[in-house]
Amino acid sequence: MTVTAEMPLVKIEGLHKYYGHHHVLRGIDMTVKQGEVSVVIGPSGSGKSTMLRCVNLLETISAGRISVGGQLIGYREVNGRLHDLKTKEIAAQRREIGMVFQRFNLFPHKTALQNVMEAPIHVKGQSKADAQKRALELLDRVGLGDRSGHYPSQLSGGQQQRVAIARALAMEPELMLFDEPTSALDPELVGDVLNVMKDLAKSGMTMIVVTHEIGFAREVGDTLTFMDGGVVVESGDPREIIANPQHARTKEFLGRVL
Amino acid sequence: MHGQHKDEAPVLNNPVPVRHPGRWVSAAIILLLVAGFLQSMFTNPNFRWDIVGTYILDVKVVQGVGWTLLLTVASMVLAIVLAILLAVMRQSDNPVFRWTSWVWVWFFRGTPVYTQLVFWGLVTVLYPAITLGIPFGPELFSYALSDPTKGLIPAILGLGLNESAYLAEIFRAGLKSVDKGQQEAAEALGMSKGKIMWRIILPQAMRIIVPPTGNETIGMLKTTSLVLAVPFTLDLTFATNALANRIYLPIPLLIVAAFWYLLVTSILMVGQHYLEAYYGKGVDNLAPAAVNPAAAKAAGAGDAQKSMKMDFPEESAR
Repeated sequence: MTVTAEMPLVKIEGLHKYYGHHHVLRGIDMTVKQGEVSVVIGPSGSGKSTMLRCVNLLETISAGRISVGGQLIGYREVNGRLHDLKTKEIAAQRREIGMVFQRFNLFPHKTALQNVMEAPIHVKGQSKADAQKRALELLDRVGLGDRSGHYPSQLSGGQQQRVAIARALAMEPELMLFDEPTSALDPELVGDVLNVMKDLAKSGMTMIVVTHEIGFAREVGDTLTFMDGGVVVESGDPREIIANPQHARTKEFLGRVL
Repeated sequence: MHGQHKDEAPVLNNPVPVRHPGRWVSAAIILLLVAGFLQSMFTNPNFRWDIVGTYILDVKVVQGVGWTLLLTVASMVLAIVLAILLAVMRQSDNPVFRWTSWVWVWFFRGTPVYTQLVFWGLVTVLYPAITLGIPFGPELFSYALSDPTKGLIPAILGLGLNESAYLAEIFRAGLKSVDKGQQEAAEALGMSKGKIMWRIILPQAMRIIVPPTGNETIGMLKTTSLVLAVPFTLDLTFATNALANRIYLPIPLLIVAAFWYLLVTSILMVGQHYLEAYYGKGVDNLAPAAVNPAAAKAAGAGDAQKSMKMDFPEESAR
């Protein structure tokens, strides 16, 4: 995937999602440029997590298109008709996209180090020695170099989430998706995770962050998108939107969380 | 509680514990019964301990133990392989696989193992030869079925196929017990379906699968005594029965058989303990893994676990 400066890395066009008859996403359009941190906020049930999960096909797309790095996600287009990609091809697309979950989802039967080494060895085919060297570097970067031999159950929530970030980074993705990464954490553990994410943003990683951390959006975000009822209500510069929301719903939401 | 006294050692409460006279009474009754039984074992001449001693290491008996072990291990291996396949097929997107798995379990669980053993013993009568060809058309290939193993293969097939149906349900429950987030996390990393199953889902499911499978293995050890239905006539039960019938003394040879079954069961239980510890790693068994000696050293080796638990008491409570 090569991307020119003016071309967006992520392009979401007319995205709809149905769960049975339940219309969760009602036409989402969104673009994220290379190196940009795009923060998505909104009340629970607004569809923000579903939208994020569509980007790496953890949810199927009911209508619309998502492309990452100019490549259509989940489909191949032949003569104007979409064809589902095979599981293998979808797996290949996912390798370029890192994902961090609200509930961490670390592999509990593997140590922190083994969690980070798993995909480089078994997906990328790296040698064990290379993968271990790189994994230790990454654990160091998230401040957990001394915890590599610990199992997830021996780590605090904040530490687990930082291991999860290192695990996603080990695949050297072009894009990182964060699905409410601090929502399951005790308040005093949120800061460490946000700091790791800030460092990552500074290093130039393209990120889509679904969160309730308005402070993070203001400080780190390049764009802020407010979603409600399955649509994008407002989108733009985070500091402007937070200081001066244009829509009543945005105003109401920010009033409640700030 | 009282901040101003925190430097003084507290006077421990040292309460008088609740007395449990019922425990003493029940212990006395049970000890009395056990003593009575033991006395009868040594004084009742019908036990014929001399005969037990003569036959406990009899060649036929020891060989019988060997065949019983072989039947148990071989049929369990067959059953486990089939059960993994059946459980994965049951979860497949392919409706043909799901349906096939369901029917297999329905059939092999729904008919008695004795009936199945008799059937496998008669397969060479039912099908003297296997012929490959176009139905109602020409014959391309033919293979005469025979059983040079004197019932061993039909016995393993009968026991293994029957067991696979039960194990498939145990494996299915195990696979379902793994959090859905594990599948998603592995998918998000771009892992292939097969890798996700073998490296992420199955190892975690094993924690749930091992205890009931150990149970099934011990059950299988004793179910092998039914192989005379095939007939296969070298296993422990058949061997001790044959000896008993020859000398008209069934009781001492039942004791011989029971002794060996108990011994093997005890060994299997030890094996199960270690398997459970292995698959419980990271969850039940938090001994630090020795993957990276340098990191383990940095974390303080043996003390690491203890100090971690101090740091996060709420985590260890889970």
